[in-house]
Amino acid sequence: MQKQQNRPSTDCAKTKKVYYGPVATEFAATNTGIWRIVRPDVRLENCIFCGTCCKHCPTDVVTVEKDGANRGVHFDWAYCKGCGICANVCPKQCIEMLPEEGVCKL
Amino acid sequence: MKRVMLDGNGSASEALRLAKVKVIAVYPITPQSPISEKLADFVVQGKLDAKYIRVESEHSAMSCAIGAQLTGVRAGTATSSVGLALMHEVLGVAAGCRVPIVMPVVNRSLVSPWSLWCDHQDSMAERDGGWMQLYAENAQEVLDFILIAYRAAEDGRVQLPAMVCLDGFFLSHMSDAIYLPDQATVDSFLPPYVRQNFYLDPADPMFINDLTPSIEFTEMRYQQAVAFSQAETVLPEAFTEFKKVFGREYSMIEAYRCDDAEAVIVTLGSMSGTAKHTVDILRDQGKQVGMVKIVAFRPFPAGLLKAALANVATVGVIDRSASFGAQVGPVATEVRSALSGKPVQGFIAGLGGRDVSVSTFEKAFGRLLEQKTTDELVWLDVKDNALTLREVDSQC
Repeated sequence: MQKQQNRPSTDCAKTKKVYYGPVATEFAATNTGIWRIVRPDVRLENCIFCGTCCKHCPTDVVTVEKDGANRGVHFDWAYCKGCGICANVCPKQCIEMLPEEGVCKL
Repeated sequence: MKRVMLDGNGSASEALRLAKVKVIAVYPITPQSPISEKLADFVVQGKLDAKYIRVESEHSAMSCAIGAQLTGVRAGTATSSVGLALMHEVLGVAAGCRVPIVMPVVNRSLVSPWSLWCDHQDSMAERDGGWMQLYAENAQEVLDFILIAYRAAEDGRVQLPAMVCLDGFFLSHMSDAIYLPDQATVDSFLPPYVRQNFYLDPADPMFINDLTPSIEFTEMRYQQAVAFSQAETVLPEAFTEFKKVFGREYSMIEAYRCDDAEAVIVTLGSMSGTAKHTVDILRDQGKQVGMVKIVAFRPFPAGLLKAALANVATVGVIDRSASFGAQVGPVATEVRSALSGKPVQGFIAGLGGRDVSVSTFEKAFGRLLEQKTTDELVWLDVKDNALTLREVDSQC
């Protein structure tokens, strides 16, 4: 779903134009993270940083940092739907899907 | 003005040429095929500066036409019968995205039984889809209505697609002497196309026909409804402008000898000529009858119809398509609703290419003059053995 937002007109700032029917002129993707009822939780002590989760994520929201200050497996919570594919494909089975806060235990 | 011999398909093709369509995406289907062929000829012969896309289906034809017209040019296509049915999904896209495509629809029945011949089942199946619908009585009206439809469809107050319906074979393949206007005259009536709604342009990207949540869906449907009520004003304006330029007068309905009529039959399309002829015959016999031809079925001219039939005792409607499970056919349903309270007799005739002849109308008028109106639908000219057509020896 595209959210329609106001956009300043490029040719004349004062005129307004109405379009009829379904159109989005500003591309703001829906924050699909709000659909999530379970979230992936990585047990880093077992993680081998292979990146399999990252490769299989259908929405490309997983980042694997092997070294440095941000060492870890990071998710973009704005878009992660909690589909669980990362947990399924993890060769070390170190990703657990935990219920989101406010969601009944599954 | 030049008069030439043209059949309805030729007339439709000339109208698209005169409207200077820039893209043609069309898939041949009987009885529309000569339109596909003639438009191809025009492009090859250099009479029409257009890109001709040989699509693989009517679904693609309409999709291409929508895409092309969204870039800001007129796109031409035409279809018939199951071709129109195959377009069904994308017809809604043209309507909802407010792409004012004008499409000749050569009326042919829908399956099953398979038939190549005329009735209105195909376009009636699309009557609620957001396209305007005009029905032509002859080849001249085909050309004129297409030009008028462009004018109305592209009006900023309307921005709706339009079908110009012509009866398969009766109009599409029947030659008629018609006034073929020159390009300059058409240009004075129909200015170059200017896109008014959203558009396809890589320099200014938009996301068109995106998923619309329920918080906005009803509003967009309402926009279409408003456009249809505007069309009830804009269409008559287009008819008036057309008369100024071309001299021929049209209206959303045409009432013929209705003023003192006791019985009136409402018609659509090519049968209207036979209806007028029958009215003349019966008038000569002293019977007070008249007929009303509906030109614009969408938007439906309820007010005009009500006024035209205000003093008429008995009204009948001949539908050239069935509406199974409904009380009467689609046109009769509409007329009943417009004339709320007045008894309206529904008739069915002329399916699958059967002629709606003088005798058909005489039967219908006879019934109306005897005041024998019923709630039930009357099927005219149905053979007595209708239910035993395929009576065979049983195997067991």
